[in-house]
Amino acid sequence: MSTATTAPASGAAARTTAGERPPLKVPVSLSVLALVALVFFGLLGPGKTAEMKVSDPGDAIVLPSIAIPGQVGGIVMGVLLLAAAAYSVYLWTQGRRSPRWLPIVFAVVFVFSLLVWIVAGARQPSISLAGLIAGSVTLAVPLVFGSLSGVLCERVGVVNIAIEGQLLGGAFTAALVATVTRNAYIGLIAAAAAGATVSMVLAVFSIKYLVNQIIVGVVLNVLVSGLTGFLFGTIMVPNKALFNTPGRLDIIPIPLLADLPIIGPILFRQSVAGYLMYIAVAVVWFGLFKTKWGLRVRAVGEHPQAADTLGVNVNATRFWNVTLGGAIAGIGGAIFTLVTIDSFTQEISGGRGFIALAALIFGRWNPIGAFLASLLFGFAYNLQSILGIIGTPVPSQFMAMLPYLVTVFAVAGLVGRSRPPAASGIPYVKG
Amino acid sequence: MKLELKGISKAFGTFYANQDIDLVVEPGQIHCLLGENGAGKSTLMNVLYGLYEPTAGQIVVDGEVMNFRGPGDAMAAGIGMVHQHFMLVPVFTVAENVALGAEPTTFGGILSIDQTRKKIREISDKYGFDVDPDALVEDLPVGVQQRVEIIKALVREAKVLILDEPTAVLTPQETDELLDIMRQLKTSGTSIVFISHKLREVKAVADVITVIRRGKVVGDAPPSAPTAELASMMVGRAVSLTLDKGPANRKETTFVVKDLTVRAPNGTYVVDGISFDIAQGEILAVAGVQGNGQTEMTEAILGIQEHVTGSVTLDGKELLGLPVKEVLRSGVGFVPEDRTVDGLVGPFSVAENLVLDLYDKAPFAKRMSMSPAKVEQNAKAKIEEFDIRTPSAGAAAGTLSGGNQQKVVMARELSRPLRLFIASQPTRGVDVGSIEFLHKRIVAERDVGTPVLIVSTELDEVIELADRIAVLYKGKLVGIVPSGTPRDTLGLMMAGVGAEGVSHEH
Repeated sequence: MSTATTAPASGAAARTTAGERPPLKVPVSLSVLALVALVFFGLLGPGKTAEMKVSDPGDAIVLPSIAIPGQVGGIVMGVLLLAAAAYSVYLWTQGRRSPRWLPIVFAVVFVFSLLVWIVAGARQPSISLAGLIAGSVTLAVPLVFGSLSGVLCERVGVVNIAIEGQLLGGAFTAALVATVTRNAYIGLIAAAAAGATVSMVLAVFSIKYLVNQIIVGVVLNVLVSGLTGFLFGTIMVPNKALFNTPGRLDIIPIPLLADLPIIGPILFRQSVAGYLMYIAVAVVWFGLFKTKWGLRVRAVGEHPQAADTLGVNVNATRFWNVTLGGAIAGIGGAIFTLVTIDSFTQEISGGRGFIALAALIFGRWNPIGAFLASLLFGFAYNLQSILGIIGTPVPSQFMAMLPYLVTVFAVAGLVGRSRPPAASGIPYVKG
Repeated sequence: MKLELKGISKAFGTFYANQDIDLVVEPGQIHCLLGENGAGKSTLMNVLYGLYEPTAGQIVVDGEVMNFRGPGDAMAAGIGMVHQHFMLVPVFTVAENVALGAEPTTFGGILSIDQTRKKIREISDKYGFDVDPDALVEDLPVGVQQRVEIIKALVREAKVLILDEPTAVLTPQETDELLDIMRQLKTSGTSIVFISHKLREVKAVADVITVIRRGKVVGDAPPSAPTAELASMMVGRAVSLTLDKGPANRKETTFVVKDLTVRAPNGTYVVDGISFDIAQGEILAVAGVQGNGQTEMTEAILGIQEHVTGSVTLDGKELLGLPVKEVLRSGVGFVPEDRTVDGLVGPFSVAENLVLDLYDKAPFAKRMSMSPAKVEQNAKAKIEEFDIRTPSAGAAAGTLSGGNQQKVVMARELSRPLRLFIASQPTRGVDVGSIEFLHKRIVAERDVGTPVLIVSTELDEVIELADRIAVLYKGKLVGIVPSGTPRDTLGLMMAGVGAEGVSHEH
């Protein structure tokens, strides 16, 4: 091009990826996984038949179990997976990206194939699918509350690493207050207050004193862990009956609906906290995307200066949102001591706050995404324990790694393109 | 609505950005605030808009003394502002941005964005804005984003609209359109406060001009006042607005760029197959609206961009792929576009900044040790030569004014024997007095026979300095034209329309 071009305006539009191929990441990883599934779960798969029970014997409606022969089932699903991978490769050769549903469908089939492989290879090749799913939801409840807390904080521009501390604080306070007042519901409210208190410390230091939010968050986690550990050792252990027998929140089944197979236990046989979870997801989603409040919250998290010039009080919005987030995480913490177990033990949250953080990122800072991601992690937790019970050839230590492996792969492999709120983690100073 | 500022002062610590400023904006007028960068125009407007609290003074609207606690109060009083850096949320739609802060809602705070959509369409039709309420702001060109900002103010029924350096990001054509919009708004009764340092635009549209210098009002002038008079009011002394520059004495062509292409991490071509060359003793100036690949182009030549293909040769030697140090040692002087980020180390002293490129070479260094005396000596000489106004050679470079910081960068880059000189935005944010000086130095460098590449988004600067003008649009070279090319043609080229009938000699 020794003479300059005289391109007209329309032709001078920036050349984008035309002629370029989309990234190879998806086609390659799908192909590798499909081959793994075909060879290990199929061709080298166990000969036994895996039985998956869909309903419990006591249910009102009892459906027959699903029986899948290990090897044949593995081969069939492996071929399906290969077909999906081939489709992805085909799209790539055409210069197109794989549609978003493809990896999701692939993941579901892959996990099911893995499940059949493990179950068929176990000493006792039978699991309850209904129990697996219901248990996943139960384990996911604290994660959902935790990740909703993260969504609220990050959407408004404050990074909340302290979810773990909020969960733990909520769990401890719920146990203590419920025992003292002899009322689990008061315990639940106290847990929210405890979570909010932890959050307020985060808010004050990060918003008013501009301390690095990550550092405040980490310090809060350590602080709450130490504080609850100390109080547990000095108060609860010597006087368990007086301070650490909270009792449980009642399960309130909704008549008829609660007896539906699979979805009954998930949706209609929950404690107040469980129903609250569904309500919270819906309310936070609706609030963030359909109301004036949500528009302002998102504006503050994306471009605080713009919000300020339109008369939105940036730091007050941040403060109250972070506080609200803490209250929600606190309720999530109460699940540990009022629903899952009926007493507090040291470090009862066991790192779930960090998994919740991963869930919110995996869920792309969207309440519904965070909810689904939490369910995935809950599933991983539950699978680990159920597979331990039926006795698989896979060592239990590897099974214990499952939730964390899922976290790493989910966040590293699938989040890539998502974009956090632009001002997340950046304090707002006027002028 | 009549707006009066009475004795407004705004201090930051001991520094007065505004001192005792009086200003009256009559209804239905375009009132220009003219002043150099850093004269205190933006500070004054931020006070007026409630973003800063004045240290002293009053804001009076229609005879009533106002006390703005925040932008919300200012908006309620009928004041709207279009900021120099747009206050738009990039991931929101136009309608969401317009609604923010004054959201129409049904019961329970549920947004009813339809009402906003309707209002946007009304205003858009009335003034011919052509804005789609459902477009994402980040997908819109800056000119349209600016209209969104204006709509934001109009939806809030602003009676006085403040436009803070609105033309800085626009092409000449977009600027003309904006000036038309301003006249239209005036006709429909909106007063406008137009902040600018560009005399041509101010004279074109103003009813009254108030000149501000160093935080104080210097005086008012009618738009008919001669340009030279306005300039000298703005600067505080007589300035020559035209550069005394002889014709280029072109010698051998030693710098050749061929098919230079830079890809951004997301795969788009930010610089797309650019070819040009520069002869010794010639200035090639690159014009274009900000963000059309200028930054990436100069950085690619220097070797600090990734994903670069093509060829860049200086004196027959390929520069692409060489480490930056090698490129500099080949005789390239480089003035980056943002001196505070890439040009200087703010907390380092002026003397240290002057040897950032040569600190490890004799005479400043001897094996492992540096010679502070030589560094000091060098600093004294450069401060003298480049008229750098600094309390001492030991003062932190970051504390100097923009113009003097730029002189430090320029002094450093011109102090080596050069085979090529590249300067990006050589006078951005620099006072008029320093501009004169810096321009003269650039021309002097050309006259000793160095090929010079200037990148500027200020068309006036390009026209002033260039022997040939290259225009970039969306990473592509629209054309290379001789220096006498009319502004209108250049303006069209900056919008991507090719220069037809213009010969491209090489």
